[in-house]
Amino acid sequence: MSGVSIQNLNRIFEKEGGAPTVALEEITLDIEDEEFVCLVGPSGCGKTTLLRIIAGLDTATGGSVSIDGEQITGPDPRRGMVFQEYSLFPWRNVMDNIAFGLEMKGMDHASRMHIASEYLELVGLEQFRDAFPFELSGGMRQRVAIARALANNPDVLLMDEPFGALDAQTRNDMQQELLEIWEKTKKTVIFVTHSVDEAVYLADRIVVLSPRPGRICENIAVDLPRPRVRTSVDFAELRRHVLSLLQQCQVRR
Amino acid sequence: MNRSRNTRNSTLLGIASILAAIVIWQAVADLIVRSRFYLPSFTDVLFSFISLIEGGTLLIDFEISMLHFFIGLGTALLAGVPLGMAMGWYSEIDRIANPIVEILRPIPPLAWIPFAIIWFGLTHQSAGFVIFVGAFFPILINTYTGLKSVPRIFVEAARVLGCTKSLSLIRYIALPSAVPSIAAGIRIAMGVGWMCLVAAELFGAGGGRYGLGQKLWFYYNLHQTAHVVVYMLLLGLIGLVIDMIFRHYVDSRLERWRAGEVRS
Repeated sequence: MSGVSIQNLNRIFEKEGGAPTVALEEITLDIEDEEFVCLVGPSGCGKTTLLRIIAGLDTATGGSVSIDGEQITGPDPRRGMVFQEYSLFPWRNVMDNIAFGLEMKGMDHASRMHIASEYLELVGLEQFRDAFPFELSGGMRQRVAIARALANNPDVLLMDEPFGALDAQTRNDMQQELLEIWEKTKKTVIFVTHSVDEAVYLADRIVVLSPRPGRICENIAVDLPRPRVRTSVDFAELRRHVLSLLQQCQVRR
Repeated sequence: MNRSRNTRNSTLLGIASILAAIVIWQAVADLIVRSRFYLPSFTDVLFSFISLIEGGTLLIDFEISMLHFFIGLGTALLAGVPLGMAMGWYSEIDRIANPIVEILRPIPPLAWIPFAIIWFGLTHQSAGFVIFVGAFFPILINTYTGLKSVPRIFVEAARVLGCTKSLSLIRYIALPSAVPSIAAGIRIAMGVGWMCLVAAELFGAGGGRYGLGQKLWFYYNLHQTAHVVVYMLLLGLIGLVIDMIFRHYVDSRLERWRAGEVRS
């Protein structure tokens, strides 16, 4: 229903008076409906660029991205995005942040507050409904950002290292919560991270990207049962496998 | 506890310092200068103030000056905020308007007084116009800067949430994000406008009969310098009160979401 199809995607950044940078080269990837895919790669491998192109915030220089056969030409509320930086609007309280997308759709105040409440509950922040972003911790802010993206009921949820700025413990908690939310809402999730541990914990499938030019180096289906145990042998085995792949991809170049 | 004692101490110190200044002023005026024309003493000024309350035109002067001030500030807001927003958001408009703004901006507002009088005559509008020139540029520049520096992440977050039209982005993202900068511009504009007010009224722009600046000059010509000091102090005091009211209003509205950013 909401599969993402990426065909021969290229992205070249032109530089004035310098050699152009090839950020992405010949990316072809099919993501199924309700699938949780993690894009892993070293920094500068173009994984964020790929996500931004899927979001419609950046434009490919070649190839195409389509969702259910429909070409992506620009940002669309059917694709929600959670950013790495704190992106909540500081002048809006938690509820008005979550309801922003619904407000843009022209929904009346009562209905959008009703829906926003549901998503506020989903991320477990009922007692912070009137708080302003500066009053929230980093983890809470990202929870609100997830609720804000989901309130639009998108087909695909794009996440760009959303837990990158959080401490280790909060990060683990957030990963677990995200999986619970994913199981409840059944969205297609494309999750960018540079943490192999995070990818192995979360993903149905891990796509490993090589650095400049960003190419798909390996496509690994993860069949570990959930909830996954970070300390288990299988988990460690897979993590080691992905880590060695990351290294090989770099060397091969 | 410690803090409240500190505030009380500094309040006491402030009062003591003002009292000491008044005593020194009085002593210098009475014992050294000994001329009510060169330096009216504190008590001279106090008696002038009482006589002005009894038989003067303080209230109407105040009202007329306020009229001039708000004509100037109001038109500066009406013109400066929209133009600043347009220049800050659309780079084409910026490129067209910027050279003109940069040529007009360094002209001191008071240099416009001759044309204010030529164009508007000795009317309230001409005084308002001089204040407008003084207040317009701080408002314009701060609105412009505020819109230029809207964090990209807010715009992108809004776009993926379905806020894609330029006008919606200005209304829902750029404007609220720029409010602190615009408020700072208005505050500077009020300070500059207040200065221009005195000068404009001094030169007779603004009806020429009433107004705080006008009366300052009027009593100077009558050599009633104690009256002049009364108007000087009033101008300072009213300027201070206007600034305090505005700051209080802005802080109470912005503190709800700015507190964290300002303090941390």
